[in-house]
Amino acid sequence: MQIHIHAQDGVPIYLQVVQQIKYLVASGRLQAGEELPSIRVLAEQLLVNPNTIARAYRELEAAGVVEKRRTAGTFIADSGSPLARKERLKLLNDRVDQLLVEATQMGFELDDVLKLIQQRGLVLRQPKREE
Amino acid sequence: MSDSTQMSSASVIEIQRLSRSFGDKRALHEVSLSIPRGGVFGLIGGNGAGKTTLIKHIMGMHYAQSGSVRVFGIDPVAHPVEVLGRIGYMSEERDVPNWMRVKEIMNYTQTFYPAWDTKYAEELREMFDLDPKQRIRNLSRGQAARVCLLLALAHRPELLVLDEPSSGLDPVVRRDILAAIVRTIADEGRTVIFSSHLLDEVERLADRIAMIHDGKIILHDRLDTIKESFHRFTLRFEQPFNEAPLILGTIERQGAGHEWTYFCRGDRDQLIQAARTLRAEIVQESLLSLDDIFVSNVTRS
Repeated sequence: MQIHIHAQDGVPIYLQVVQQIKYLVASGRLQAGEELPSIRVLAEQLLVNPNTIARAYRELEAAGVVEKRRTAGTFIADSGSPLARKERLKLLNDRVDQLLVEATQMGFELDDVLKLIQQRGLVLRQPKREE
Repeated sequence: MSDSTQMSSASVIEIQRLSRSFGDKRALHEVSLSIPRGGVFGLIGGNGAGKTTLIKHIMGMHYAQSGSVRVFGIDPVAHPVEVLGRIGYMSEERDVPNWMRVKEIMNYTQTFYPAWDTKYAEELREMFDLDPKQRIRNLSRGQAARVCLLLALAHRPELLVLDEPSSGLDPVVRRDILAAIVRTIADEGRTVIFSSHLLDEVERLADRIAMIHDGKIILHDRLDTIKESFHRFTLRFEQPFNEAPLILGTIERQGAGHEWTYFCRGDRDQLIQAARTLRAEIVQESLLSLDDIFVSNVTRS
C-alpha cells in the first residue's frame, strides 16, 4: 500500500491517509477483504503519530470503507457498498469536470462533448478494429 | 489551556512562570507549560528562541531563577537521581566521551540506569549497525547520533527528551530517530518531548505543540486545535478597495482591488458569516501548514 504524506501542504495528515486509502479502494488497487497494516506498522512506515493513523482508520470505518474484525485487524470492506460507489463517482466527476473545462477552452459546446463521448463509447466497444 | 487544570495530576511536566536570564540577556520569560502524560509534545522555535534553555530546566541542568519546574511532580534540581533515571535524553550537541568505544559507553551508561535493558540495548545496537569496538571519535556524525539515541532509549524511559534530534543529520538517520519516537509512544503511557525547527517533523509527530519565540510561549495547544483555528480566505468584494475592510481575527490581509486574501484566527463559521456581512464572496479557502502558522505568529509578535 503506497501512501505519501506531505506535511507541508496544510491538509491534516489523518485526512491525507483517509483520502489516499479511499482513492486506492476506488481505483481497485486495494480490494475488498484486503488487510490494512496495523496502526503501529503504518505509523512507523509513514513516520507519523500513531494517534493520527488511528483517527484515519476510525474515519474510514465510519465511512464504511474499512471494517474491523474481531481478530483486531482492519480490512477493506465489500466494494459493493454504496459508499464505495459514491467514492468512485466522485473520482469520475473530477475527470469529467476536467474534460468539460478543456472542451470549453477549446470552444466546444456541451452537446459536442456528449456526441463525442457516445461516439468514443461505440469505438471502444469494438475492440479488434482500428479506429 | 482549557484542560490544563484537570490534566495537572496526569502531567509529566508542570512549569509555572519560569523566567531565566543569562547576564542581561533574557532567555525565558514567564513560561508556563503543562505537558500531559502520553503522546508527543513538540517544542517549536527559531535559533536562540529558548528551546534548549527550557529543555535544560526540565533536565535539572539549570535552576529556576523565578517560577517553578516539576517533572513527575518532582523538582529536578533538588532530586536529580529520581528524575533523570526516568528520562531518556539526547542533547543537541550529542556529546558523549569520544575516546570511548561503543561497547564501553554502553556499559558506562548502564551503571546510571537500574532499568537498563541489556537485551534491548543489543537489539538497538544491531539495528543501528554500530560496531561495539569502534571509538566514538571515529564514527560518522550519523552513527554518533545513533549511539546517543541508543543510550537514550535502552532503559525504556517513561519520558524521552530530544533536543533538535535530527538537526544536521542525513535523511536515513533522521528516519531512525523519528521511528524511535513513533515506537516509544506506541507503547502505552510513554511521553516524548522534542524540539525542532523542522516543522514538517513536528506536524507529522506531535499531538501537542508549544511555539516559543524570544523566550516566551506564543502558542500552546493541541496541534489539531491550532490547525483548525487558523484560516486563509480569498474574498471578492462587490466594489474595489484601496484598503480592505478588517474582519475580526484578521492577522494579515493582502491583495488589491476586488480580491483580498485574509489570514485569520478564529472560528471558521464566524469568519464566513463576517465575509457575508461585508457582501463578499469567498472565492478560495486554503488550509495552512504549521510553517504558515508559525511564520505569521512570529512576525506578528
